[in-house]
Amino acid sequence: MAAFETPPLGEYPVTPPVRAGAMAHSKPYVAKADLQKPLGFPGELVPGWEKVAVTKLGELVSQSRALQVFLDSCVKCGACTDKCHYYLGTGDPKNMPVARQDLLRSVYRRYYTVAGKYFPKLVGARDMTKEVLDDWYGYFHQCSQCLRCSVFCPYGIDTAEISMAARDIMDSVGLGQKYSNEIIGKVHKIGNNLGLPGPALRDTLDGLEEDVKEATGADVKFPLDEKGAEVLLITPSADFFAEPHVDGLIGYAKVFHAAGISWTLSSHASEAANFSLFIGNHDNLQKVAERIREAALELGAKRIVVGECGHAWRVAYSFWNTLIGPFDFLDARYPAPQHICEVTYDLIRRGALTLDKSANADKVVTFHDSCNVSRGSRMGDVPGGQFTIPREIIRACVDRFVDMAPETIGEATFCCGGGGGLLTDDLLELRVKGALPRMQALQQVVEEHGVNYLAAICAICKSQFTKVLPYYKHPMDMIGSVHGLVSNAIVFNRR
Amino acid sequence: MSALTVLYAALFYAAAAILLGGVAYKCWLYARTPQPLKIPIPPAPTTRRGVVLRLLMEVMLFRSLFRSSKWTWLFGWMFHVALLAVLARHLRYFTEPVWGWVALIQPFGIYAGFAMLAGLGGLWARRFLVDRVRYISSPSDHLMLALLAAIAASGLAMKYLAHTDIVALKAFFLGLMAFDWQPLPADPVLLVHLALVAALMIVFPVSKLLHAPGVFFSPSLNQVDDARERRHAAGWSTKIVHVNRAPIGRAGPAQGG
Repeated sequence: MAAFETPPLGEYPVTPPVRAGAMAHSKPYVAKADLQKPLGFPGELVPGWEKVAVTKLGELVSQSRALQVFLDSCVKCGACTDKCHYYLGTGDPKNMPVARQDLLRSVYRRYYTVAGKYFPKLVGARDMTKEVLDDWYGYFHQCSQCLRCSVFCPYGIDTAEISMAARDIMDSVGLGQKYSNEIIGKVHKIGNNLGLPGPALRDTLDGLEEDVKEATGADVKFPLDEKGAEVLLITPSADFFAEPHVDGLIGYAKVFHAAGISWTLSSHASEAANFSLFIGNHDNLQKVAERIREAALELGAKRIVVGECGHAWRVAYSFWNTLIGPFDFLDARYPAPQHICEVTYDLIRRGALTLDKSANADKVVTFHDSCNVSRGSRMGDVPGGQFTIPREIIRACVDRFVDMAPETIGEATFCCGGGGGLLTDDLLELRVKGALPRMQALQQVVEEHGVNYLAAICAICKSQFTKVLPYYKHPMDMIGSVHGLVSNAIVFNRR
Repeated sequence: MSALTVLYAALFYAAAAILLGGVAYKCWLYARTPQPLKIPIPPAPTTRRGVVLRLLMEVMLFRSLFRSSKWTWLFGWMFHVALLAVLARHLRYFTEPVWGWVALIQPFGIYAGFAMLAGLGGLWARRFLVDRVRYISSPSDHLMLALLAAIAASGLAMKYLAHTDIVALKAFFLGLMAFDWQPLPADPVLLVHLALVAALMIVFPVSKLLHAPGVFFSPSLNQVDDARERRHAAGWSTKIVHVNRAPIGRAGPAQGG
């Protein structure tokens, strides 16, 4: 890893000038054959890969209206050029969403459009060459698929769809990313991203039960594989041991305990995250999601609740009904699936939880809207519930809450810089630089309001901020779970 | 019948066929291509009516563009509205008798011609002045602006500099539509104007001008946010079939082809 400088935080956010090639060196480790094979991908670059890639591209476009429309419709208006956190953090023009799309669009035009076949130079069409493939590998792994650009595009062109397609094509010719593919392999084999087997998981949960007993005196359970429990909780495996994720898990457990809802985790489906989303491969996407249906049926759960995990919630909210539905075996009185924040919020509204704000009296809190929750899903029954519900929960748990600048939250939120399969140390420079817009907005509320707690509802955001906050001179433990705040504030009433 | 008239008549029949056939083919292709997953951009409407409203706001007011970039919105919206007014004004060359509202807007159509040029000028200036937009511009992006600007300029030139025989021109187009060919006035500016318009019609279905029909088919804008309430399936996702309440091992998806 080459040394790099953390971009300075100015008084105001600025759009950097174009610095061609500024991030040309940024490439994640390539997956070796043993990681590619279990996912159904070739182990190394296949002979005649150019043709294979072009054919695959044609197939993908014919199977996706999104790609078909997005590849035709861009007018190069430039609206998206200053919207990507990776462009804002690096100035590399290939990190402008339109330019990133054009890496793939140029090849599509060359082989599949009249203009590109006969006038390639005129419309910027390019042959599928090794140089192009290298560009793809570098820059489609500088997109966190956060969907921010699509909010600002007059045609709703979603660069994530294009970067997913590009990664799928690269996997299909044998050029995969180590980080994502290794993790997907672990889920297939063991059931979670960490490769944590059932007995180890039980041990961890026992430890948590003891910790909570010691701290509160209450017998809060962390059930695993409990048949007949009402709720099956699907949560990112980072919640089992990583800081500050685990505080969130303790918070969920306390909420269920206080509300008297029986619940369980599953060792068969001990992972909410579905990294197949990042590599755009729908076979793996379906297969990873299928574990959850199987677990719910096996355990006889009546509700499926998803923990704090951004991309997982997108897959759960937007795709599960398609991938593993219909959910006609679940209790129809609850949304299927339901977000833990929806559960907690409902309980708060019904007065079923006692929350003592003074437990968080030392905190001035702001909320980081996670990209895939904000732009890939919803909570509650009205548009925008994914923004209001977590904030309502925080307000119920703390006295002092402030929002960051309006153009950096809600549907315009900035990615933490580590989403979409980029949360790996071989991309550290990109992650630090990509966090710049969020750090800029955070700096402002720290200076103006003394914010000392950055709450989030995504495992990736939590890990990413833990790593990059120190680069921007903030303490790493400033980041915390929303349900960590709930966990502090919750008071158990004697029944 | 002069060779010129035959040439232009043939040109416009061909251009109209390519425009209509090409756009119809593309619309058919967009409609036929499945969208297997739900990808509406939140906050997305939860009803079909909401989707119609969302698309209207995008198409009539360029709402997303307004949020993104005020200058691009200003020039882009000005150009498109002006283009609409100019096209409406031109209806008088294709209708007999001229519809009342078309007669009414004639003066506005003239102003719109200038507004169109101004909008195009602003958009074109961005391609030179903003480094990011300069970077993403291909030759075809400049050519498209040049083509539109030349059409507007040649049209205005006929209004203010070199008039053409507008009565004969109208007879030519009414004749084309009725397959009863009439001679075309051989004024150079008119011939340039018409040739450029025909070129625009021909490139429409093979260029970025497809954004016009494309916006209506964009899944991120036209999908209803109801993933939990209604099971969505299209294309490959229709092949996922779950047998209800099947025990583990048999509950897997029946994956076809």
